[in-house]
Amino acid sequence: MGLLGWILQNFWSLLVILFLALVALRIAWRFHRYGANRAELSYILRRSPFYLVVLTFCFFAAAPFLIMFMHTFKTDGDLYRRPQPFVFRQEPTLEHLDALFNNTAYLDFIRNSVLVGIAVVLITLLLSLPAAYALARLTGRWGERAGILMFLVYLVPPTLLFIPMFRIVVLLGLKDSPMSLVVVYPSFTVPFSMWLLSGFFKAVPPELEEAALVDGYNRVEAFLRVVLPLSLPGIISTIVFTFTLTLHEFIYGLVFIANTSQRTLSVGVPTELILGDVYFWQPLLAAALIIAVPVGLAYNLFLDSLVQGFTMGAVKG
Amino acid sequence: MIARAHPFDSRRVVGALFLAPALLYIVLIVGLPFLLAIAFGFSDVTVGNTDLNFVGLQNYLAVWENDIFRQVFETTVRFTLISQIFILIFANILAIIFTQNFTGKWFARFIFILPWATPVSLAMIGWLWMLDTKYSPIDYLLLQTGFLGPNGILSSNRNLFWLATPDLSQISVIFVQVWRMTPLATVILMAGLSSIPTDILDQAEVDGSRFMRTLLQIKLPLILPIMVIALLFSMITMFGDMTVVYVLTRGGPVDYTRVLGLYSFQVGIEGGNLAQGAAISLFAFPLLLAMAILMLRTASRAEVR
Repeated sequence: MGLLGWILQNFWSLLVILFLALVALRIAWRFHRYGANRAELSYILRRSPFYLVVLTFCFFAAAPFLIMFMHTFKTDGDLYRRPQPFVFRQEPTLEHLDALFNNTAYLDFIRNSVLVGIAVVLITLLLSLPAAYALARLTGRWGERAGILMFLVYLVPPTLLFIPMFRIVVLLGLKDSPMSLVVVYPSFTVPFSMWLLSGFFKAVPPELEEAALVDGYNRVEAFLRVVLPLSLPGIISTIVFTFTLTLHEFIYGLVFIANTSQRTLSVGVPTELILGDVYFWQPLLAAALIIAVPVGLAYNLFLDSLVQGFTMGAVKG
Repeated sequence: MIARAHPFDSRRVVGALFLAPALLYIVLIVGLPFLLAIAFGFSDVTVGNTDLNFVGLQNYLAVWENDIFRQVFETTVRFTLISQIFILIFANILAIIFTQNFTGKWFARFIFILPWATPVSLAMIGWLWMLDTKYSPIDYLLLQTGFLGPNGILSSNRNLFWLATPDLSQISVIFVQVWRMTPLATVILMAGLSSIPTDILDQAEVDGSRFMRTLLQIKLPLILPIMVIALLFSMITMFGDMTVVYVLTRGGPVDYTRVLGLYSFQVGIEGGNLAQGAAISLFAFPLLLAMAILMLRTASRAEVR
């Protein structure tokens, strides 16, 4: 286990030391920049309650993930016999990670989720890019009404529709196939991305399109060659959030698909890695953490863009 | 310049052409099942027998007179309302925090967003372990600090049985819902806070307004409509959720954490009675619609100002 083992065995002390070191560095930097005087010290003291609040919230948000991380590497003996959840009494092990990837359908779940996600993103973009542009610029009052209708549709929870949807999926012969999810997921991704995209399109200065029209482009060309390239950052963040919406979905995936190898991550992990009363805890917790961290990073990276799109989406076009 | 009569020059034609495919798809994939759900409610369809025989209001009446349904409905409303109080408090604090600049903001935001970014069912696995009957790390901490154990303050047992006692299971579910939904409400509030025109805030600063005063007298009234939207949005999301209780408790112990979505799943899919399952979930619709309309009204009024 080497370095990872050492880090794990000293996890909490390392976490505290790292935190204190960063705080000390930050304070030293401020002293260096603004002078190590009384005014600066009192400023730092005045700010510290604020950081304490942030730290408290962060702790509550992160607690289950820290536990997930530690428990991934615990041996069965360490986990179940006279448990001490916050320390390692036995050498950390990689056997459960190994088991997760090699002895379970985890990789199948990942593959299914990624394929479904990509297919849904493509359908969603194809439908919602032009529709969002129409909402933002081309249609007047009735377009606005259509937009409101879309928003209402987004609010319809899957728990309201999954029973008739299930019948339709059976009728289409798509039961137990991830294709059923590809057909059904746009029911919430299209309204969502229309709302978001129309916000980004509204942020493009209309003068640019008018200039393109004067230059002899028609409206379709103006959309394709002027508006789309300018909205690329917004489109990318729409792709990210649409993809994660499909990753999150649980109920349709649970109802439509019954065989293990076809299930998606959100359904497969909590249903297939638990056999009756037997919970494979380390692989379970690892499986959750491995998905949580990259999605969290993506959300954080695109959060400002999401906020901007939502705000603009609410502005009249 | 010669006026060309290409249809792509017309705002209306292109607008209709652009909007039509998306609208059509949504009407097919949402409108149709919705009508089907209503039709199911009036029929005796099951997983085994898929003929639609009209049975009138029978299903709805049966559901309405069912004691379990009443309890489930009440539980759903109670969970939704109680968790919203906490979500709103925490979301306000966090939105104020994250619309400011501070050291380590990027990392703090990553941590705070994790509960929302993680697929719900996977995050619930973490809580399933945190609240485990025997191995709960929370119980371990309480045991070490003397709150549990032979002379414990909370209980003489070594465990609290978070998900196995009536009161604690409900508290656990509400806590976990608050944990995972607060970031979403925060993000909506952040959108509201960041859309306050900076000249208003600048003016307040010129006038010598203190932080708390600016907050209470300028920012809060301005984002009040956004707060209502955030509240209704997370209420609607939570009202229709069944994932949390599906993974954590399956509605148990007995019926204490069974919510509407889960009940309709258990009756409709696991029990095979599609008609009654559809009828159960349709009972949520009027309430959801009312909340959605309230939300839109608030949004449009906020815009006028």
